[in-house]
Amino acid sequence: MRCPSCGFVQFDAPRCKQCGARVPIARPPDQPVGLAPGLSGTAPPARPLRPPQPLNLYDQQANNRRKTALVIGLFILLVLFLGYGVDRFIIGFSKGLWDVSLFEPSTPRSSRQVAFPMATVAALGVGTLTAWLGYRNGDKLVLASSRAVPLSPTDLKARQLDNVVEEMAIASGLPKPRVYVVPDPDPNAFATGRDPAHASIAVTQGLLAMMSREELQGVVAHEMSHIRNYDTRTMTVTAALLGAVLLLHDWSARTGSWRARDSGEGRAVGIGQVVLFVVWVVLVALAPLLGQLIAMSISRSREYLADASGAELTRNPLGLASALRKLRDATAPTRSISRGTASLCICDPLHHPLDDRKGFWSDLLATHPPMAERIRILEAMAYAG
Amino acid sequence: MAFYLTLGFVVIVLGWLIVTYNGLIGLKNQVQNAWQQIDVQLKRRHDLIPNLVNAVKGAMQFERDTLEKVIGARSRAVSAKGAQEAAAAEGQLSQALSRLFALMENYPDLKSSQNVLQLQEELTSTENRIGFARQLYNDLVARYNIKQQVFPTNMMAAGMGFGPADYFRIEEAEKGSPRVDLSLN
Repeated sequence: MRCPSCGFVQFDAPRCKQCGARVPIARPPDQPVGLAPGLSGTAPPARPLRPPQPLNLYDQQANNRRKTALVIGLFILLVLFLGYGVDRFIIGFSKGLWDVSLFEPSTPRSSRQVAFPMATVAALGVGTLTAWLGYRNGDKLVLASSRAVPLSPTDLKARQLDNVVEEMAIASGLPKPRVYVVPDPDPNAFATGRDPAHASIAVTQGLLAMMSREELQGVVAHEMSHIRNYDTRTMTVTAALLGAVLLLHDWSARTGSWRARDSGEGRAVGIGQVVLFVVWVVLVALAPLLGQLIAMSISRSREYLADASGAELTRNPLGLASALRKLRDATAPTRSISRGTASLCICDPLHHPLDDRKGFWSDLLATHPPMAERIRILEAMAYAG
Repeated sequence: MAFYLTLGFVVIVLGWLIVTYNGLIGLKNQVQNAWQQIDVQLKRRHDLIPNLVNAVKGAMQFERDTLEKVIGARSRAVSAKGAQEAAAAEGQLSQALSRLFALMENYPDLKSSQNVLQLQEELTSTENRIGFARQLYNDLVARYNIKQQVFPTNMMAAGMGFGPADYFRIEEAEKGSPRVDLSLN
């Protein structure tokens, strides 16, 4: 395959090895990449895509809602289990506060200590508190850090943006969010605010310049859907749970003395206890990674959901699909949008090279689903009706 | 025992009635509100049209006919009484406008005028808003009607004074695309 900007011939790589330009590869069949004559024999075969499932936009929404609920449930179970372990194996041993009887079956019921899951409650409390503070003032911080300025509808394009936001507010039956413009040439957009009444939508100058009216409508519909689906709230809950997981991990790692205590007092410990303990140790060790993966998974399912409910607002999935295509081909990272805001944007502001493919790693580590997959689903929606 | 069972049953039924009634009232108001929203946007369209006509009048002298049709359709829409008549008049206005937009493509002067482009954007947006307001209205009507028709609400809805709401239907005239005659004579 040939690099589009310098002509350097190379194989399957996301960026040109000579000039660093983004190379469009592994496209879905909608945009066949022209091959130089004579190279077609050696070019990598097109990545096989799953046959499109004809899911209409309502099925899509229901699917993603279920998935979020399931994953958040899983997350809560993880926090509870980690907290239970800390209470049980660390605090329980050193201070005797938590259900000592399991290790000393002969202890009479009356002499048991008050069972209060200190660590679990503390971790959830601290996690919730920090997330809550971010939730209350998060929109102001995000808008300030991206240097967003309120839109002044003077020129034609700005009027168009203002109108499109108003249209989407009408379509969703919500109050019109405040509109901001971020002075950044890279195309991107995000929504923020704790509920529809306090919501803001910001788009970059680059996005405004690049998109047609129809595409702009798709992007704004996606952001409006984040607002309508209370995704700020969902991501706040996620942040609180992630905070709790990290705290529990820190406490366990810092205490460090539980191993000695366990072996020292090992009397009448059943096999079930040992298994439980081992599972807990493994989970504690993996907690930061696991928590991050779950949080990312929630973020991705919210993106799919926003795509689908955006299509419900415009009844035109192809508008957003076409906008996503342009976003995919934009090269520079969006510098003015910080990492923490990533899950609120329409596309990953860091532009990971993994974006274009659907693979195991890109699935696990990205805030956003792969562009090719989002486009494919939107186009399938257009035909499923 | 039987007394408490009866009491419990009555409380549950009353609670259900209250929740159902409030839910239906909420939806009914949303439906009415969405209907108002359509009116608001139609009003906006009526206000914008004279500005557009004035802006393009000079350049489009040869399209008097089209311009007059737009103005005529607008005044009929403004003075229309009743939902039926209003819907018909608005449908004609939509058609006249889309014809005007199509003809404006033939005038490069107009397309380079900032003022005309602004007005065109505003009218495009207004057309969209009318469309989206109707879409929301119809979605809400569907939800309102479905909620009344599902079991067990269907036993109570009519008794509590609720009835199905009407969908906003696009007039046949507006729906039909213009016929194109391709015969060569």
